Parts: sequence; structure tokens; C-alpha cells
Amino acid sequence: MRQTHSDKDYQVLQVVAKLLVPYILLFALYVQFHGDFGPGGGFQAGVIFAAGVILYAMAFGLDKAMSLLSPQVLRPLAALGVLIYGGTGVAGMFLGGHFLDYYVLATPPTAGQHLGIFLVELGVGLTVTCVMLLIFFAFAQRAEQAP
Amino acid sequence: MIDIVLLTFLAATAIAVVRHRNLFAVVMLAGIYSLLSAGLFVTLDAVDVAFTEAAVGAGISTVLFLATLALTGPREAVPVRKPYLPMVVVSITGAALIWGTLDMPRFADPQAPIHQHVAPRYIETSPTEIGIPNMVTSVLASYRGYDTFGEVTVIFTAGVGVLALLGIRRKRSSKDAAEKE
Repeated sequence: MRQTHSDKDYQVLQVVAKLLVPYILLFALYVQFHGDFGPGGGFQAGVIFAAGVILYAMAFGLDKAMSLLSPQVLRPLAALGVLIYGGTGVAGMFLGGHFLDYYVLATPPTAGQHLGIFLVELGVGLTVTCVMLLIFFAFAQRAEQAP
Repeated sequence: MIDIVLLTFLAATAIAVVRHRNLFAVVMLAGIYSLLSAGLFVTLDAVDVAFTEAAVGAGISTVLFLATLALTGPREAVPVRKPYLPMVVVSITGAALIWGTLDMPRFADPQAPIHQHVAPRYIETSPTEIGIPNMVTSVLASYRGYDTFGEVTVIFTAGVGVLALLGIRRKRSSKDAAEKE
């Protein structure tokens, strides 16, 4: 499919994508780290970030996107997100609280809550971004091989 | 007013999705359906849900459907039998669901059971207990942290499942295809 078109056929798409993608990624980071104050959180940030990368992949080709964020990197990062979440919970246990008890993470207790929620949302965002991109890569690679 | 407009468009899109045989058009309409739902969520003040709906429903899942269509072809096969039995089942189920809503409390009724259970406690104590302004985040990440942990695990498992079934080739696929030819 892609071989029959030259790069010029996608020029409008590429220019628009080039303008939009940085802002989409920035907005995803905003949703991630401003989730304590505004609407949003790890899951929303993860899917917005993944959507931005998918737009890049559609405009500039799957190969470029996959060399940017290679599946070899995404796979361990997806697991790392779950590990950060679970690790935050277990850290609370080691510090004398229950599983996922954030009060013991820092003093005063509300600072512990802040830290706990930040770490947990980071884990969610990481896993969601990586899993969404991995699923997209798996599907899109099949589609490119189609006759 | 804007609710009525959005719901009308939503219904029109749903009917178009059912009636079209061209699956490419159906996928695009499904994306529009998701975008309209995202608009509805914004009018309901659920902006974070709207984010998700717009990014996943209108964005990522549409792309995944398109990738699948590249493998399966864009035409839906004409069904052999007339779909009368499914029609009857769906009508009865829909009627039962609408009948069920008659017992539900009025929309946004503060006396509804769901607003009387744990919500008042969260609203009263979360500013001092958790100390962050966004109550949705404190419920999701702290009070209900256990459930969210489960959700993340589900997403991770889904990713593992897709990779186990489809896999991602290490080498660039277009190069391989060119070599084969």
C-alpha cells in the first residue's frame, strides 16, 4: 500500500501532524502530572500520549515510530509501570502500614498521600502508554504485511 | 439543548452504523459515535471520561479497526438468514432495560442511594485526609487504590495477551516483504 504512494502524497498530513504531535504529547504530560488538581490522571494521560505517537506513526510510517519507541523498550516499561504501582503498595507495608497505605510514605501524612498518588499515577500512565502502543504496533505491522 | 442535539446525532450515527455494508464507513462512523459520546461526557462535567473516550474510542480503537480491515477486506458479507430472531431478542431486552429505568431515582437526585453511601464521607474528609483538590483522583488512586491496581493489571494482561497472539517482528516488515518478492 505504502509503496505505491510517494512521500509527497502525505505532505499535508505530515505538516499537520508535525504541528500537532508535540502539543498532544505535552498535553498528555500535563494531564499526567496535573491530575491532582485538574481532571485527568494516569490512564487519560497514557491514552493521549499513545494517540499522539499513533498519529506520528500514521503520518511518517510505522518504521520511524517503531525505531523511536522500539517494542524492546516498551515491553519492559509496560511491566515497570505495574511494578511501580505494586512497589508503592509494598513500600507502604515495609514502612509499617498496610498494602497501598500512603500515609507512612512521608511526613506529614498528606505529603505521603501526594507522593503515593503521584507514584501510582506514574505507574498507570507508563503501563497504559506502553500497552496501547504495543497493541497498535502488533496490529499495524500485520496490516502492513497484508497483500 | 446541546444534549438533545448530541443525542440525536448519536442515534443517527448508530442507525447508520447498523445499515451500512461498507465496513470502512462503519469504522469511521463508530469513531464519530465515540467523539459524540465524548461531547456528551463533557456536558455531564466528566471531562476525564471524555478524554478517554476521545482518545481510545475515536482514536486508538478506530486505528486498530482500520488495521484489521486491511487484512479482512472492507465489505460485510450479506447474511444468509433474515435477522428476525436477534431483532426480537434485542427488542425485548431493550424494553426490559427501559422498564428498569422507571424504578431508578431521577437524574442528579441528591437523595439517590448512590449519593448516600460513601460519597458524603469522601466529599467531607478527602480535602483534609488526602489534601489534593481533585476528588476523583483521590478516590481512584487512594481510597480505591486496590481497584485501580487491578485495572492496571488487567491492561497489562491484555497487552501480554495481544503480544502472545500477534507478536511484533523484530526486523522491519517491509524489508522482509521486499526480500521475499
